[in-house]
Amino acid sequence: MTEQTHEIRLSVNGVEHEAAVPARRLLSDALRHDLGLTGTHVGCEHGVCGACTVLVDGQPMRSCLMFAVSAAGHEITTVEGLARPDGELGPVQQAFRECHGLQCGFCTPGFLTTITAGIAENPDPTEDEARDMVAGNLCRCTGYQNIVKAVCRAAEIARESEAVR
Amino acid sequence: MTTKMMGAKVQRVEDDRLVRGTGRYVDDVAPDALHAAVLRSPHAHARIVSIDVDAVLDVEGVHAVWTHEDLEGAMAEPLPLLIPHPTLTHGRTQYALAKDEVNHVGEAIAFVVADDRYVAEDALARIVVEYELLPAVVGIEAARTATHLVHDDVPGNVAARMEQSNGDAAAAIAAAPHTLSLDLKIERSACMPMEGRGTVARWDPDQNRLQVWTSTQTSTGVRAAVAAKLGLDLGQVDVITPDVGGGFGVKIVHPWPEELLVPLAAQRLGRAVKFTEDRREHFISSAHERAQMHHVEVGFDDEGRVLGLDVRFWHDHGAYTPYGLIVPIITSTQLLGPYKPGAYHVQFDSLYTNTVIVTPYRGAGRPQGCFVMERTMDAIAAELGKDRADVRAVNFIQPDEFPYDQGLIFQDGRELKYDSGDYPAMLAKIKELVDWDHFEDFRAAKAAEGKRVGLGLACYVEGTGVGPYEGAHVHIETSGKVKVATGLTSQGQGHQTAFAQIVADELGVRFEDVEITTGDTRRMPYAVGTFASRAAVMSGSAIHLAAKRTKEKALRIAADALEADVDDLEIVDGVVSVKGTDSSIPLGTVAVLSNPLRYAFDEASKAATQFNVGDPTKPPVAEDDEPGLEGKDFYSPPRSTFASGMHAVIVETDVETAEIRILKYAVVHDCGHLINPMIVEGQIHGGVAQGVGGALYERMAYDESGQLLNASFMDFLMPYVTEVPASIEIDHLETPSPLNPLGIKGAGEAGVIPGSAAFAAAIEDAERLPITAMPISPSELFALRATHAPHAQESK
Repeated sequence: MTEQTHEIRLSVNGVEHEAAVPARRLLSDALRHDLGLTGTHVGCEHGVCGACTVLVDGQPMRSCLMFAVSAAGHEITTVEGLARPDGELGPVQQAFRECHGLQCGFCTPGFLTTITAGIAENPDPTEDEARDMVAGNLCRCTGYQNIVKAVCRAAEIARESEAVR
Repeated sequence: MTTKMMGAKVQRVEDDRLVRGTGRYVDDVAPDALHAAVLRSPHAHARIVSIDVDAVLDVEGVHAVWTHEDLEGAMAEPLPLLIPHPTLTHGRTQYALAKDEVNHVGEAIAFVVADDRYVAEDALARIVVEYELLPAVVGIEAARTATHLVHDDVPGNVAARMEQSNGDAAAAIAAAPHTLSLDLKIERSACMPMEGRGTVARWDPDQNRLQVWTSTQTSTGVRAAVAAKLGLDLGQVDVITPDVGGGFGVKIVHPWPEELLVPLAAQRLGRAVKFTEDRREHFISSAHERAQMHHVEVGFDDEGRVLGLDVRFWHDHGAYTPYGLIVPIITSTQLLGPYKPGAYHVQFDSLYTNTVIVTPYRGAGRPQGCFVMERTMDAIAAELGKDRADVRAVNFIQPDEFPYDQGLIFQDGRELKYDSGDYPAMLAKIKELVDWDHFEDFRAAKAAEGKRVGLGLACYVEGTGVGPYEGAHVHIETSGKVKVATGLTSQGQGHQTAFAQIVADELGVRFEDVEITTGDTRRMPYAVGTFASRAAVMSGSAIHLAAKRTKEKALRIAADALEADVDDLEIVDGVVSVKGTDSSIPLGTVAVLSNPLRYAFDEASKAATQFNVGDPTKPPVAEDDEPGLEGKDFYSPPRSTFASGMHAVIVETDVETAEIRILKYAVVHDCGHLINPMIVEGQIHGGVAQGVGGALYERMAYDESGQLLNASFMDFLMPYVTEVPASIEIDHLETPSPLNPLGIKGAGEAGVIPGSAAFAAAIEDAERLPITAMPISPSELFALRATHAPHAQESK
């Protein structure tokens, strides 16, 4: 028996990709294995850890809880799409580096995408709001102390960049 | 002059690739690989009557399906018992694929290789296994009772009984003015790195070589195991550890069944093969830790000085003993912490249960030992009505008593001899950090608001940097770039940064010009691994020594080229110069001169022609020399170096709901000289969070049949940001180690060690009822209140 596949177009980080995937293929697997975008990591495959979070039309979504076929027609942003157009680190990436917000780096892409959406919605979060913003993502290395700092710093960098424009 | 890098908060070089999503974890390599999946036992204890794989062969896209019958030679034998011990009289290990019997839910039974993981799992569902169920032994009580046996040939479920003493503890206790006994208990938790286990292998028929990428804490260990099991020469196997998504101990275990089956499949199928563990598999087929029960007898004087301490404990090591007795040996020795009891006796039984194997998890038996000792200190203070910090202080080893020999043998087979420390100074710091002396005022103020708070303190000593050795190779290229390799692996500790700091300082080169490679057996085939808070001490020291050798050679050649005396030279920003003159030569040019080539390839080699080095009457490469600007060295210490720390926590226990809130968390830590304080503090933060998890949330909920009921992140409660302290106050003490050239001690595990001890003390202090078992949930605390109602009333 041959598994039926579906031809889909996925728009990821502004680039159109074509793929033939079975209906059951998770978006996380399609990104990683069909498109080679391995920056999105899979930590639990049951939607709890948040490592696989990507932005779907700007909203954070767990790519392990979504089928690739249902992502067709939506704008997807992965960690690979968070750098500035000139290739420099984006605000959240830069803040994580400055604040030592990562150790092993496995959960990091999910935090980066989540915070990118978070500070777009709330550009000047308080520390409590920063905590709320990342309260759905698991990290086993950092104890979150520097991640919370990085949220506030990322918002600051983003505001400065906005002001420069 | 280049700024000194050692001790600076240098940002990590790893981060750029990791925040861009361009890191390379094991599941990211070999996109063309076939995928493996493993059929795992659904039963905790059963005999395998038959396995029928016929239906799998109809599944399109399946390339192989194996059971134990398909394995040959060494692959068909049990997996190695990595660390034997004379007292481990009944060690048992599993097979790569189960033979005749399974001993825990999750044990590997069959192995399928298919086009992708989806198809491989479809195939697993078609394998039919007939089991004859056997009674499961779950938990320490059942193992001790031994009504049923895990292994028929292991009486009493006892794999090992080990005993150590220093002095006559029983006599000291009998003669002591005061005595107490305590019964204590700690439950299972687990490392839970965000990335599970994973292995990729590719067989190269042109070179007759195997290349293995694996998410491990020891590349060299896996290499030796794969070669031995597959019958290959060591020289045919390369093991590369790419970026690793956390380890915390579980990935030091090797070889996992999949670490052998994947390379074997790659060799047999002539295709790259990949296994990536999913989260449920990580819960039921990797490793856990922590579960122990303890009985303590202690005798002490009027000041609370421990005269005799006798500890008997029972350690649940799960279904097999691949990692020997390391965890309980550490518990039994590191239990002593910063204290010097008059006499000590310890005895433990390491017991089989039909549950996942137990191997080191960050702290590796120390959290339990610390819990036992600190609960004992608190009990003594309560009995005598003394301040808990004062009772600890009278028991401390004093700064002028180092090196201090505890009179025991440590996990590495060496003396348990502490090299340095200053526990009284540390206690003073932690008391100040948590405002110990004014806590009663705080308690009273909170009580006036109807709130109940408590303060806990826990002290520990951690043997770090265990041997036997690590090595390093430093190579200065003709570009002036410095390429450094050390064999141990990295799983988030920032080794590429910290080690480059050491090299930059020693060689006098720019930090940016140093590139560190870890865990690649092609670059450094002699190494041990990353565990026991040993990487900074062991590889840091080896790298320092190798850089020193390289520098000596560079100076020797430069002195020749510049016609100067070695003592008059200095290296700054990668340029060797005669101090106070314009005479100089870049290290890259020195590298060209170090290698008497016949051919000029580039500008660097052309530039080098202006210099004359070497004695024209001797061969171009002198008898005592080698070509190339390289240095290699190994560091092998006489014994471990002992870091220490103290944590204090203030909690509020909700008067109505028994919820436990963390109001303040303070840490004083001594790991000798700091290489990168930012990285050390990050390690402490992470350790504290795992300590919170172990104390308040995490446990493995096995039912009586051996099913793990909470094998997912939905049900196993790992702390989110909402569960950890809002801030962690950290102060450092730096008592350098005399055992290594940099004076450093390990820092990786420290943060987690005193967690359960400190929280138990704080909750006990708030509630005025004894806390003897951890972790503790609100409902357990609520139940405890009911059973200790009179005390609870008093404290209101």
